[in-house]
Amino acid sequence: MIRLPKKFYGIISDAALKGRPEEICGLIGGIKEGNVREVKEIYILENIDHSNEHFTMDPKEQLKAVKDMRKKGIVPLGNFHSHPESPSRPSKEDKRLAYDSEASYMIISLMNENEPVLKSFRIIGDVSSEEEIEYI
Amino acid sequence: MNNMKVTVSGESREYENGITLLELVEAENVEMPEYVTASVNDELLGYHDFEKTVLKDGDVIEFLYFMGGGCI
Repeated sequence: MIRLPKKFYGIISDAALKGRPEEICGLIGGIKEGNVREVKEIYILENIDHSNEHFTMDPKEQLKAVKDMRKKGIVPLGNFHSHPESPSRPSKEDKRLAYDSEASYMIISLMNENEPVLKSFRIIGDVSSEEEIEYI
Repeated sequence: MNNMKVTVSGESREYENGITLLELVEAENVEMPEYVTASVNDELLGYHDFEKTVLKDGDVIEFLYFMGGGCI
Protein backbone atom coordinates (compact mmCIF):
# COMPACT_ATOMS: atom_id res chain seq x y z
CA MET A 1 0.00 0.00 0.00
CA ILE A 2 1.19 3.46 -0.84
CA ARG A 3 -0.15 6.70 0.61
CA LEU A 4 -0.52 9.53 -1.85
CA PRO A 5 -1.58 13.07 -0.98
CA LYS A 6 -4.56 13.99 -3.18
CA LYS A 7 -2.76 17.10 -4.41
CA PHE A 8 -0.20 14.89 -6.15
CA TYR A 9 -2.93 13.05 -8.03
CA GLY A 10 -4.06 16.48 -9.24
CA ILE A 11 -0.56 17.51 -10.29
CA ILE A 12 0.11 14.24 -12.14
CA SER A 13 -3.25 14.23 -13.94
CA ASP A 14 -2.93 17.91 -14.92
CA ALA A 15 0.57 17.31 -16.28
CA ALA A 16 -0.57 14.20 -18.15
CA LEU A 17 -3.49 16.03 -19.76
CA LYS A 18 -1.35 19.03 -20.70
CA GLY A 19 1.37 16.76 -22.03
CA ARG A 20 -0.85 14.95 -24.52
CA PRO A 21 -0.32 13.49 -27.03
CA GLU A 22 3.05 12.60 -25.48
CA GLU A 23 3.50 10.40 -22.45
CA ILE A 24 4.66 12.28 -19.39
CA CYS A 25 6.84 10.79 -16.66
CA GLY A 26 8.39 11.49 -13.30
CA LEU A 27 9.70 10.24 -9.99
CA ILE A 28 8.10 9.88 -6.59
CA GLY A 29 9.98 10.27 -3.32
CA GLY A 30 8.89 9.77 0.24
CA ILE A 31 9.35 7.78 3.39
CA LYS A 32 9.20 4.09 4.25
CA GLU A 33 8.15 3.05 7.74
CA GLY A 34 7.62 -0.69 7.95
CA ASN A 35 5.02 -1.52 5.35
CA VAL A 36 3.87 2.08 5.03
CA ARG A 37 5.17 4.08 2.13
CA GLU A 38 4.11 7.68 1.90
CA VAL A 39 4.75 9.98 -1.01
CA LYS A 40 6.18 13.31 0.09
CA GLU A 41 7.34 14.74 -3.21
CA ILE A 42 6.87 14.20 -6.91
CA TYR A 43 9.11 15.31 -9.75
CA ILE A 44 7.84 15.71 -13.28
CA LEU A 45 10.75 14.97 -15.62
CA GLU A 46 11.17 15.50 -19.33
CA ASN A 47 10.26 12.55 -21.52
CA ILE A 48 13.23 12.74 -23.85
CA ASP A 49 11.49 10.35 -26.29
CA HIS A 50 8.73 12.93 -26.84
CA SER A 51 6.48 10.08 -27.88
CA ASN A 52 2.89 9.01 -27.27
CA GLU A 53 4.04 5.38 -27.01
CA HIS A 54 7.33 5.50 -25.09
CA PHE A 55 9.05 7.41 -22.37
CA THR A 56 12.63 7.81 -21.21
CA MET A 57 13.39 10.05 -18.28
CA ASP A 58 16.07 12.67 -18.73
CA PRO A 59 19.04 11.42 -16.64
CA LYS A 60 20.15 14.98 -15.87
CA GLU A 61 16.78 15.71 -14.32
CA GLN A 62 16.85 12.33 -12.58
CA LEU A 63 20.13 13.30 -10.94
CA LYS A 64 18.68 16.65 -9.85
CA ALA A 65 15.64 14.91 -8.34
CA VAL A 66 17.75 12.33 -6.50
CA LYS A 67 19.86 15.11 -4.98
CA ASP A 68 16.76 17.01 -3.94
CA MET A 69 15.33 13.90 -2.28
CA ARG A 70 18.53 13.39 -0.33
CA LYS A 71 18.48 17.05 0.77
CA LYS A 72 14.90 16.64 1.99
CA GLY A 73 15.62 13.38 3.80
CA ILE A 74 13.34 11.31 1.61
CA VAL A 75 14.06 8.28 -0.56
CA PRO A 76 13.07 7.26 -4.09
CA LEU A 77 9.83 5.25 -3.99
CA GLY A 78 9.28 4.71 -7.68
CA ASN A 79 8.07 6.49 -10.76
CA PHE A 80 5.00 7.35 -12.78
CA HIS A 81 4.12 7.80 -16.42
CA SER A 82 1.01 8.36 -18.47
CA HIS A 83 -0.79 6.20 -21.00
CA PRO A 84 -2.59 8.79 -23.13
CA GLU A 85 -4.69 6.30 -25.05
CA SER A 86 -4.50 3.00 -23.19
CA PRO A 87 -5.47 1.58 -19.78
CA SER A 88 -3.42 2.08 -16.63
CA ARG A 89 -1.67 -1.24 -16.58
CA PRO A 90 1.97 -2.11 -17.26
CA SER A 91 2.74 -2.86 -20.88
CA LYS A 92 5.25 -5.50 -21.97
CA GLU A 93 7.83 -2.75 -22.35
CA ASP A 94 7.03 -1.34 -18.89
CA LYS A 95 7.67 -4.78 -17.40
CA ARG A 96 10.83 -5.40 -19.39
CA LEU A 97 12.34 -2.15 -18.18
CA ALA A 98 11.22 -2.41 -14.55
CA TYR A 99 14.43 -3.32 -12.77
CA ASP A 100 13.41 -2.63 -9.16
CA SER A 101 11.01 -5.01 -7.44
CA GLU A 102 10.82 -2.62 -4.47
CA ALA A 103 9.64 0.33 -6.55
CA SER A 104 6.10 1.52 -7.11
CA TYR A 105 5.30 1.93 -10.78
CA MET A 106 2.39 4.32 -11.19
CA ILE A 107 0.49 4.65 -14.44
CA ILE A 108 -2.18 7.22 -15.19
CA SER A 109 -4.57 6.48 -18.03
CA LEU A 110 -6.21 9.33 -19.90
CA MET A 111 -8.77 7.17 -21.71
CA ASN A 112 -11.42 9.04 -19.69
CA GLU A 113 -10.01 12.54 -19.75
CA ASN A 114 -12.61 13.74 -17.26
CA GLU A 115 -11.41 11.24 -14.69
CA PRO A 116 -7.86 10.03 -15.32
CA VAL A 117 -7.28 6.68 -13.63
CA LEU A 118 -4.11 6.36 -11.59
CA LYS A 119 -2.96 2.91 -10.51
CA SER A 120 0.20 1.68 -8.84
CA PHE A 121 2.00 -1.60 -9.46
CA ARG A 122 4.89 -3.68 -8.23
CA ILE A 123 6.68 -5.52 -10.99
CA ILE A 124 8.83 -8.62 -10.57
CA GLY A 125 10.09 -10.06 -13.82
CA ASP A 126 7.16 -10.13 -16.18
CA VAL A 127 4.59 -10.32 -13.39
CA SER A 128 2.88 -7.18 -12.15
CA SER A 129 0.57 -6.83 -9.18
CA GLU A 130 -1.51 -3.80 -8.36
CA GLU A 131 -0.83 -2.11 -5.06
CA GLU A 132 -3.47 -0.16 -3.21
CA ILE A 133 -3.23 3.63 -3.24
CA GLU A 134 -4.54 5.30 -0.09
CA TYR A 135 -5.32 8.93 -0.79
CA ILE A 136 -4.60 11.29 2.08
CA MET B 1 48.69 1.14 -2.00
CA ASN B 2 47.01 4.24 -0.59
CA ASN B 3 43.29 4.46 -0.25
CA MET B 4 41.05 7.25 -1.35
CA LYS B 5 37.70 8.50 -0.14
CA VAL B 6 34.78 8.87 -2.51
CA THR B 7 31.09 9.54 -1.98
CA VAL B 8 28.76 6.95 -3.47
CA SER B 9 25.03 7.67 -3.45
CA GLY B 10 25.53 10.10 -0.60
CA GLU B 11 27.63 7.71 1.52
CA SER B 12 31.35 8.06 2.20
CA ARG B 13 33.39 5.08 1.01
CA GLU B 14 37.03 4.14 1.01
CA TYR B 15 38.61 2.37 -1.97
CA GLU B 16 42.05 1.69 -3.36
CA ASN B 17 43.54 4.45 -5.46
CA GLY B 18 43.16 3.87 -9.16
CA ILE B 19 39.89 1.98 -9.03
CA THR B 20 37.78 2.33 -12.17
CA LEU B 21 34.10 3.12 -12.27
CA LEU B 22 33.47 -0.42 -13.51
CA GLU B 23 35.32 -1.86 -10.50
CA LEU B 24 33.30 0.41 -8.22
CA VAL B 25 30.05 -0.80 -9.78
CA GLU B 26 31.11 -4.38 -9.06
CA ALA B 27 32.25 -3.57 -5.52
CA GLU B 28 28.97 -1.78 -4.77
CA ASN B 29 26.95 -4.71 -6.18
CA VAL B 30 25.05 -2.46 -8.55
CA GLU B 31 22.47 -4.65 -10.25
CA MET B 32 21.93 -4.59 -14.00
CA PRO B 33 24.80 -2.14 -14.59
CA GLU B 34 24.11 -2.05 -18.32
CA TYR B 35 20.94 -0.09 -17.43
CA VAL B 36 22.86 2.38 -15.27
CA THR B 37 24.10 5.84 -16.02
CA ALA B 38 26.66 7.07 -13.52
CA SER B 39 27.40 10.63 -12.61
CA VAL B 40 30.90 11.48 -11.47
CA ASN B 41 31.02 15.01 -10.11
CA ASP B 42 27.82 15.70 -12.08
CA GLU B 43 29.25 14.41 -15.37
CA LEU B 44 26.99 11.71 -16.81
CA LEU B 45 28.67 8.55 -18.07
CA GLY B 46 27.17 5.56 -19.83
CA TYR B 47 28.08 1.93 -19.14
CA HIS B 48 30.60 1.86 -21.98
CA ASP B 49 32.60 4.61 -20.24
CA PHE B 50 32.82 2.79 -16.91
CA GLU B 51 35.96 0.76 -17.65
CA LYS B 52 38.02 3.71 -18.84
CA THR B 53 36.97 6.05 -16.05
CA VAL B 54 39.52 6.09 -13.24
CA LEU B 55 38.20 7.55 -10.02
CA LYS B 56 40.12 9.90 -7.80
CA ASP B 57 40.03 11.04 -4.21
CA GLY B 58 37.00 13.18 -3.41
CA ASP B 59 34.88 12.08 -6.38
CA VAL B 60 31.12 12.14 -5.90
CA ILE B 61 29.34 9.30 -7.67
CA GLU B 62 25.65 8.62 -8.20
CA PHE B 63 24.07 5.68 -10.00
CA LEU B 64 20.94 6.35 -12.02
CA TYR B 65 18.92 3.54 -13.50
CA PHE B 66 17.48 3.91 -16.95
CA MET B 67 13.84 4.73 -16.46
CA GLY B 68 11.60 4.23 -19.38
CA GLY B 69 8.74 2.25 -20.77
CA GLY B 70 5.86 2.51 -23.10
CA CYS B 71 2.26 1.67 -23.63
CA ILE B 72 2.78 -1.14 -26.14
